[in-house]
Amino acid sequence: MSLPDAAAIILWVGITFYALFGGADFGGGFWDLVAGGSERGERPRATIQRSLTPVWEANHVWLIFCLVVLWTAFPEAFAAVMTTLYVPLTVAAFGIILRGSGFAFRKSIEGLSGRRAAGATFAISSLLTPFFMGTVVGAIAAGNVPVEGNGDAFSSWLQPLPLLVGAIFVVSGAYLAAVFLVGDARRAGEEDMQRYFERRALGAALVAGALAVIGLFVLESEASYVFDRLVSEGLPLVGLSLLCGAAVVLALLRGWRRPLRPLAGGAFVAVIWGWGVAQFPYLLPTSLRIDQAAAPDATLTTVLIVFGVAAVLVLPSLFLLFTLAQKDILESEH
Amino acid sequence: MPLLDLLPLAAESSSNLLAARNQMAFTLGFHIVFACLGVALPAIILTANYLALKRGDEAAMELARRWSKAMAVTFAVGAVSGTLLSFEFGLLWPEFMDRFGAAFGVAFAIEGIFFFLEAIFLAVYIYGWKRLSGWAHFWSGVPMVITGIGGAFSVVAANAWMNQPQGFTLDAAGKVVDVEPLQVLFNPATGYEVAHMLLAAYMVAGFLVASIYAVGMLKGRRDRVHRLGLLIPLTIACLVTPIQLFVGDIAAREIASDQPAKFAAMECIQTTGTHQEEYVGGICTEDGPKWGVGIPDLNSFLVGWSADTKVIGLNDIPDDEEPPAHTLLHLSFDTMVGIGSGLFLLAVWLGLSWWKRRDFPQTPWFLRIVSVSGVGAIVALWCGWIVTEVGRQPWIVNGYMRTSEAVTKADGIWFTFALVMAIYAALTVITIGVLRSMSRRWRESGADPEADVPYGPREEGGA
Repeated sequence: MSLPDAAAIILWVGITFYALFGGADFGGGFWDLVAGGSERGERPRATIQRSLTPVWEANHVWLIFCLVVLWTAFPEAFAAVMTTLYVPLTVAAFGIILRGSGFAFRKSIEGLSGRRAAGATFAISSLLTPFFMGTVVGAIAAGNVPVEGNGDAFSSWLQPLPLLVGAIFVVSGAYLAAVFLVGDARRAGEEDMQRYFERRALGAALVAGALAVIGLFVLESEASYVFDRLVSEGLPLVGLSLLCGAAVVLALLRGWRRPLRPLAGGAFVAVIWGWGVAQFPYLLPTSLRIDQAAAPDATLTTVLIVFGVAAVLVLPSLFLLFTLAQKDILESEH
Repeated sequence: MPLLDLLPLAAESSSNLLAARNQMAFTLGFHIVFACLGVALPAIILTANYLALKRGDEAAMELARRWSKAMAVTFAVGAVSGTLLSFEFGLLWPEFMDRFGAAFGVAFAIEGIFFFLEAIFLAVYIYGWKRLSGWAHFWSGVPMVITGIGGAFSVVAANAWMNQPQGFTLDAAGKVVDVEPLQVLFNPATGYEVAHMLLAAYMVAGFLVASIYAVGMLKGRRDRVHRLGLLIPLTIACLVTPIQLFVGDIAAREIASDQPAKFAAMECIQTTGTHQEEYVGGICTEDGPKWGVGIPDLNSFLVGWSADTKVIGLNDIPDDEEPPAHTLLHLSFDTMVGIGSGLFLLAVWLGLSWWKRRDFPQTPWFLRIVSVSGVGAIVALWCGWIVTEVGRQPWIVNGYMRTSEAVTKADGIWFTFALVMAIYAALTVITIGVLRSMSRRWRESGADPEADVPYGPREEGGA
């Protein structure tokens, strides 16, 4: 494997982790948003809060990781994306600020109205941020980012495919979050919350599946290169995702809880790698190849070394954090 | 865009540079305060935690718990405001990243690891109070201190590289074709910039926390919590302040030799020569400084330990390579040095009193000065960054790329700048409000031992 390809795989690993864990955190915000008034929504919100509090900042760092790898290893692609899609990226960046601070303030602010305002800020930006990130991904896949950058600020992403991918990001985050929250509610022994999130996981899974099918048709007309590879080289991954997704629905209907998380995560990860395979060997289909955009070898080698160190230091630490959180050793006070 | 064109300032695309610089300065100035807290608060909190575990000191334990809860809020704001900076690299300075991302991005890749580890162990420490045993909990916090220092090193090394770029090869088209990562990381400015910033972080965090308890003591709250809440952070800040003066002095001399344009502007030196006067205060004009106090020969002496040291003046800097806003640079530099020296005197005062009576000075004037020391340290921090960043202009990569070449061509930067100002103003007000209400609640509930026993038995049914 060439150095540029290895760096691209590292980027994809980062994107996978961010989409999986960061995406689920955004999805938690989505369920918070639709949980209803402060009385009716109190218990689901408490479950969401408990599950997000110790981990959301660590999950958020994957985004920084992706940005840094992109601008270090593929600076030309970074500049092209940033100068073309600056509108959705700016909204997403503001959404990140509002979501994180809204979430942090909600616990500590005094008075119901203040908490409500902070909570609403957190929840609404949890919807906006993944949507606009999705439009960025969709615009890249559709080939709307010119290599030299400075593409049209609006028509590059105000199109069916980017908007649809934005919606898919929101719904699949909600789907993942609901599945994760089923497990959290089960651990807390909250039978009713478990059913509450099971129903929502099922609903989100069906909507996500429907959007994915529509997405395939839009992809065929708007991003033919990506579509063609997705249904040829990427087909095993698409199939795997479909299988996992169907198994999740079956498990939800039958009340099998143990395999829920790995299956839902598997469906999700398979799609992300399917997308990666479909774009290969392009970063910006079909104008900028991975090897064309790549930084000099010494930089790529450093990125690989840094990733190796991260794998040795960060992954076990993350594992420790998740284990402690899952064993209820970490808790948000109040 | 038609809508954005309605904004008078957005009409001119050449004003993008000013808008982008303002937005970068504003968001960096906001983030850096929270970054300082992220770097230095863990050590202050762990000091209290250590004293509490070692001596069974309930007041120190209470402080460590309170501070860690406050840190949960400031770290979140720091994390998200730092993320905006990552976006801004691309949104505001795309040409800079396009051309040099491959060279200096390495520093940020390393920073990523440190930040990751800090976020993880911060979560374990902040949320591990109840169910981890005392010493296990203490040690879970120690990585925060190390990763905070490592993170600050990597980010500031990247900035130092912008001042003293090296470790890369350009081809004829100006594209980076080879990189030596170690040369990038350990450029000539890394040593003093990193040391200066790390010490500044400990000063900002230490004086800021101490100032909160000084205000409380001036209001008559003289319990042990307030006493230790003042003494622990103040002692740490006062210990690093003398070192900071020493490092700052080295930094100024290095800048005189490596970045003469920046030095000449911040010291208002118009004409190259020996026997340069050191001007304190005043404004800079082309005919020399006005209304400042000049001390003959001192500048030459400070730069090279002799009045015969030649110092380069602005007359030897090509017009199109001269930093702007000389008066701003000069007064920022003087303000930073002035506040630093004042804080040094505060440290000496505390040291003498402690040496004589094993206590801090009991006059209200001491508390009054401590109560403004936190804001003073932040102002000095901002002034230092103004000198570093404005003083490097017109370059974004000193000698290689102009800031005007780096800036985005996108529309609406004035609009995003206005939006950022509004969001950050609200964030500032709410952050301070939230921290104040937390402190009020702690005071009102007292140190209620029943409510929240750290390291207590596991409660049934959750909190």
